[in-house]
Amino acid sequence: MTTGGALLELDGVTVSLPVEGTMRPVLQDVSFAIRPGEALGLVGESGSGKSMTARTIDRLLPAGAAVAGRVRFDGRDVMTLSGADLKRFRGEVAMIFQDPRAHTNPVRRIGDFMTEALRTNSGVGIQEASRRAVALLKSVGIEDGERRLRQYPHELSGGLLQRVMIATALLTQPRLLLADEPTTALDVTTQADVLAILSDLRSELRLAMLFITHNLELAAAICDRTVVMYAGQVVEVRESNKLHDQPLHPYTAALAAARPNIDATSHRLTAIPGRPLSAFEAPQDACAFTARCPHVADICRRGRPALVELDGGLTRCVRASELFGKLKVPLNA
Amino acid sequence: MPEPVLQVENLRKEYGPLVAVDGVGFTVPEGGSLAIVGESGSGKTTVARLIVGLERATAGTIRACGRDRSAPARSTRERRLRGREVQIVFQDPYTSLDPRQTMEDAIDEVLRLHRGWPADKRKQRVRELSDLVGMDSRQTRALPRALSGGQRQRVAIARALAAEPQVLILDESVAALDVSIQAQVLNLLADIRDETSISFVLISHDLAVVRQLTDEIVVMWRGRVVERGETADVLDHPQNDYTKLLRSSVPRPGWKPKQRVSMATG
Repeated sequence: MTTGGALLELDGVTVSLPVEGTMRPVLQDVSFAIRPGEALGLVGESGSGKSMTARTIDRLLPAGAAVAGRVRFDGRDVMTLSGADLKRFRGEVAMIFQDPRAHTNPVRRIGDFMTEALRTNSGVGIQEASRRAVALLKSVGIEDGERRLRQYPHELSGGLLQRVMIATALLTQPRLLLADEPTTALDVTTQADVLAILSDLRSELRLAMLFITHNLELAAAICDRTVVMYAGQVVEVRESNKLHDQPLHPYTAALAAARPNIDATSHRLTAIPGRPLSAFEAPQDACAFTARCPHVADICRRGRPALVELDGGLTRCVRASELFGKLKVPLNA
Repeated sequence: MPEPVLQVENLRKEYGPLVAVDGVGFTVPEGGSLAIVGESGSGKTTVARLIVGLERATAGTIRACGRDRSAPARSTRERRLRGREVQIVFQDPYTSLDPRQTMEDAIDEVLRLHRGWPADKRKQRVRELSDLVGMDSRQTRALPRALSGGQRQRVAIARALAAEPQVLILDESVAALDVSIQAQVLNLLADIRDETSISFVLISHDLAVVRQLTDEIVVMWRGRVVERGETADVLDHPQNDYTKLLRSSVPRPGWKPKQRVSMATG
């Protein structure tokens, strides 16, 4: 992969976890790169490995995990970081999660939570840390920061708490934000607020972002490029504005067609038969999507396809160039 | 004109000083499909809970299948009768099934209670309902923990349909499902509507799903109905400011998220 000037680079990352005494793969040969300031979408269904990818990047894998391949951040090998280097790395790569309430301590005030990393890792005094927290709360649209710092998580609504999480993540001045379904639990109107704040701050701070979501439309709307995962593998990497109209992999096309359309009424949806596979269920010697793919042919069962370049993107489909331009399913088919 | 299968008038629910539902009314004809949309705290789930009798209304009337159900049922017989008429499928398929009961037993229990059929007839119906929701015989003998979220939700739908209700309330029932599974369940619901005279009430924040499944829509905001009409018409030409905001907040290719001028507090 040519990734000159990449901020984050994953190269052939394969991760296995111990389950009942045997090692089960959760990620298979995952490769992609994020440039400084770029927003990269990571889309997939349950078990596709999207959250596991974020945890691998941030070194948050459970004990016993076996990792092969390389993760490089700003030229450094992330997998060998330890001690102070690992702490510094985690300051540069911040993470926000789907459920802010599950990632805050209910008996600690917002102020304690927000300033903890600054006070313990960077040795910043409590008053200076609080001052920076209030300034950042203002930038996420929370005016009365001093009061909020004294409040407890239960006193804030979900949307407000997620804005606090974003401000907290930005306190260590990261260069990459790992956002794992950060707006899935929010109302659509609140989601729009939070995403608008994120997009303003990102362009202001030149902050890169890995945006993990199950929602293809959302990823396409707010990310420069999108990675589509299936069964622990990257199946497509595409510029977001081409994702819907010119998908490269049959799975991407099928995913787009399966969503109901808000602009037109249809009686039936083009459903994908069967269910999404987990990485350990994927066949070793065939494309992982064969069992559900409408374009499956004999050639798809002759080995696992490699990720190949096509029309400026990447796709893991042996029939990709033959199918190019024919994958988009007409709406309301 | 025949009486609507579900009729809600001036419904009100107070929790202490908080008014969760304020003067809500709507009707659903036989075979009709109504969406109730709104953000969290709008009162849409409270309306569903009032209809099935999980909460008692402060004021207003609810009529289903020609009978009043505004007050709690006064006898077991009355409660069962109401259960037969209106069934509900909840959002979370992980907490709405008994973890010790197989899918087969869960459906059989409903048939025994509501239909009182002999064992062989029930067994046949369990098989028919399993086929309808696309589950095989191995899955019907499994406990919920062996099933995926999509499979559990299909069990919950099969179980609700076993009572042969006139009205099925779907409270965010497809929200937690993977996109590819969600499409299968939505198609299943469309088929059931084609094949029976069942009516749907869909509680949802997902406007695309709402368009897919319903004919009419009620938009709620802070306990009140702020807009109503035919689903396609309201989504294409929203009149109320809140409906417009809701519509413009839905991500689509080329969409740029905009911040509301007034910030939520809380």
